[in-house]
Amino acid sequence: MNYINELKGLLKTNIRDYGMYIALIVIMITFQFLTNGLFMSSRNISNLLDSAGYIAVLAVGVMLVIVIRHIDLSIGFLAGFLGAIAAILLMQYGLPVYIVIPIILVLGICAGGITGFLVAKVGIPAFVATLAGWLIYRGAILLATEKTGTIIVDNDAFNAIGNGYIPSIAEVGGLHLLSLIIGALGIIFYIYSAISNRKNKIKYEFEVVSKPIFVLQLLFVSAIMAYITWLLAGYNGFSWTVIIILLVVFVYHFITTKTVVGRHIYAVGSNPEAAHLTGINVSKITFLVFGSMGMLSALSGILFTARLQSATTTAGTLFELDAIAAAFVGGVSAAGGVGKVTGAVIGAIVMATLTNGMNLMGVGIAPQYMIRGGVLALAVIFDVMTRKQKA
Amino acid sequence: MSDYILEMNQISKEFTGVKALSNVNFKVERGEIHFLVGENGAGKSTLMKVLSGVYPYGAYSGDIVFNGEVQQFNKISDSVDVGIAIIYQELALFPDLSVYENIFAGNEIQNKGKIDWNKAIVDAKVMLNKVGLKVNPETLIKDLGVGKQQLIEIAKALSKEVKLLILDEPTAALNEDDSENLLQLLLELKKQGITSIMISHKLKEVIAIADKATVIRDGETICTLNSSKGEITEANIIRNMVGREIEDIYPKRPKKQLGENVLELTNWTAYDPKLGRNVAANVNMHVKQGEIVGIAGLMGSGRTELALSIFGNAKNYKIQGDLMLEGQLTKFKHTSDAIKAGIAYVTEDRKGDGLFLLQDIKSNISIGNLKELSATGVVDENKEIVIAQGYRESLGIKTPTLLQLVGNLSGGNQQKVSLGKWLFVGPKLLILDEPTRGIDVGAKFEIYSVMNELINKGMSIIMISSELGEVLGMSDRVYVMAEGEIKGELSSEEANQEKIMQLATQ
Repeated sequence: MNYINELKGLLKTNIRDYGMYIALIVIMITFQFLTNGLFMSSRNISNLLDSAGYIAVLAVGVMLVIVIRHIDLSIGFLAGFLGAIAAILLMQYGLPVYIVIPIILVLGICAGGITGFLVAKVGIPAFVATLAGWLIYRGAILLATEKTGTIIVDNDAFNAIGNGYIPSIAEVGGLHLLSLIIGALGIIFYIYSAISNRKNKIKYEFEVVSKPIFVLQLLFVSAIMAYITWLLAGYNGFSWTVIIILLVVFVYHFITTKTVVGRHIYAVGSNPEAAHLTGINVSKITFLVFGSMGMLSALSGILFTARLQSATTTAGTLFELDAIAAAFVGGVSAAGGVGKVTGAVIGAIVMATLTNGMNLMGVGIAPQYMIRGGVLALAVIFDVMTRKQKA
Repeated sequence: MSDYILEMNQISKEFTGVKALSNVNFKVERGEIHFLVGENGAGKSTLMKVLSGVYPYGAYSGDIVFNGEVQQFNKISDSVDVGIAIIYQELALFPDLSVYENIFAGNEIQNKGKIDWNKAIVDAKVMLNKVGLKVNPETLIKDLGVGKQQLIEIAKALSKEVKLLILDEPTAALNEDDSENLLQLLLELKKQGITSIMISHKLKEVIAIADKATVIRDGETICTLNSSKGEITEANIIRNMVGREIEDIYPKRPKKQLGENVLELTNWTAYDPKLGRNVAANVNMHVKQGEIVGIAGLMGSGRTELALSIFGNAKNYKIQGDLMLEGQLTKFKHTSDAIKAGIAYVTEDRKGDGLFLLQDIKSNISIGNLKELSATGVVDENKEIVIAQGYRESLGIKTPTLLQLVGNLSGGNQQKVSLGKWLFVGPKLLILDEPTRGIDVGAKFEIYSVMNELINKGMSIIMISSELGEVLGMSDRVYVMAEGEIKGELSSEEANQEKIMQLATQ
């Protein structure tokens, strides 16, 4: 009985953090019923995650931009434009993949740096500066694809980023071995870090959940990780896209939660005036966040181009709004200072799940937009309500 | 029988447990210029907010009788309707609109729902004449100086057929000439039968034009002085303003030998391009090692601005003059330079620009010196907890856990977190700006004790404070500021309330 009360209390105080996970699970189960079991099939989940990839990496970047109280509208067409450049470098100049990808990422950082310069040094509002970028990169895509139209990318190594899967090494009962190993390692890593974190907290006499609840938590999360691994291993295993998302999440999660730079980013977002008076260089942080945004836009462009195996004239259209929506669904606060990397990625997966599920059900495009809009509004309403409750 | 235009009887107002006004009686005769004087926080502005309906009827107790009728103002427009206009120190004009648009803003001359701009311009000229201002009514407000803007505010009030004009520190931001003009205008308006209430810290203004002056201290009316009886003299006003007993809440520290100069400013002038004036002018001051130097002065006297100009020029003023830190001529480009050089500044507005309210206590304490906690850019959270725990104990931060959000702490505990954050940086010179504002007596004592401990360890402190008791109780030496200048320097032996007030109200 005590544990149930504790669980209830835990849910209540952490509802903001848990809210979107619960929402995601509810949405998935609903689709599972509505599509008669089609939704949670190995093939569909694998497809869903791949289709969320290029928005998820953008969402992580734009989440940080929103945390420091700015916005970036240029990221969609920047991704599209850099994807086109990648295609041109691969096909027309015949450069190898391992040279093209670093070039594109560096170009992305430069583009982000320009935005950062305009916002941090010149003092142009980010909305206007990046709206200008939106127009410029849109023109740039058209210019880049003017002569050729859609550029077909005929490079297997590059296309694998968007369509390929990690090698399986060996199959175990029809399941991919390497994927299983990665999944198992992930679960072990999760359990290890959760336990050491808890030990630390106990050592410094911080409040921790009781042991049975903690074990329950471990089992629940491990089970979900195992289930997803099993699902993916049953199809083609982990795709390269999923591996890239996991990598981005891992790196950004680490930077935002463990490093000095991360602390400074949240300080600037939470109170720029106080950050300045604490000796934090606010413009440097602004630069950095926009630079990272540019790099992630480049990565998004690579993922999308590889997935389509071509660079189109309209690539990147509305990516920025999907990414911003994902960040807000993932719990970033418009007032700045609050937002999580994991939240942004989950937000992107929620949005992709809605699209995917409704597509399976044959829902028309018009209601799809409306439902996604409704979910976005609900997520933010939920966010505002729970914050009021706390205050 | 006097003819009172306004009687405020037994006015009391509480802010969650703190009495801001208690049984204040305030009477203003028709056609006089009546000054309200008192220290910062005495309750002058609160009283005027009660009168103008900012605090609606029911939020205070007592009666307001205006023009012989009991009034119940529920909102500001109710007080405007009966002819009361209040002009705040921060002007409420629209900088990008023209003079005539501003004069009639909210009170537009309409003809069948359409604004009659031609009539507005003609009428605006009449109002401008009344306040003796010769500007084209189509000029934009932002192209006028502060002094003229002040007059526009008065013209705006006149256009609403004001009977009682209230001015809250109107001359605080004005230069000598503009102030003189304004005072002349008030005398002119008096002839036209307009009654004025003016809040001011400048006693020479009070002496120059006041018919009466009411002194408020700690939320109570002390006395009303009458100029026709010769009661309005500087000594008389100051005595009534400061007459409070200074309680012995200041922990003693033994007199000790002071060290070398830690900080020395010569002809230090800071020009604020946004305000278009010097916020600190020709400041010469020094702070010795192991010394607490108090900076007294009234609000708006430039104390905070001086501190910010020293602290890495945080507001990007244009600076002239020299800053010597431990005998070395030093220039700071950024707040981080000042911090590296060993200066820390604990802000006056801890919620606004001091703390990160959405973050927990340990992150707030560590944020200024994360380098110390990270060899490779990765924050050592265990070390962070140990450090934060240390300050929690040494400063007596009362909290169930270090993971508590700072926004949920009481004012006193927030101030201790602020202090902890800067102590962790390990400064040589600590600038405390209003270190005990809005804190209860117990927490105040704890903060004073911490200050004494720091001095014992060889730190130097500049303490900016509006509380005279605190300045007198804690400082080794006091500078008094007014209008951006140091008006005087007093040793702890010579300093007393009267002397400080006299310098601060010059």
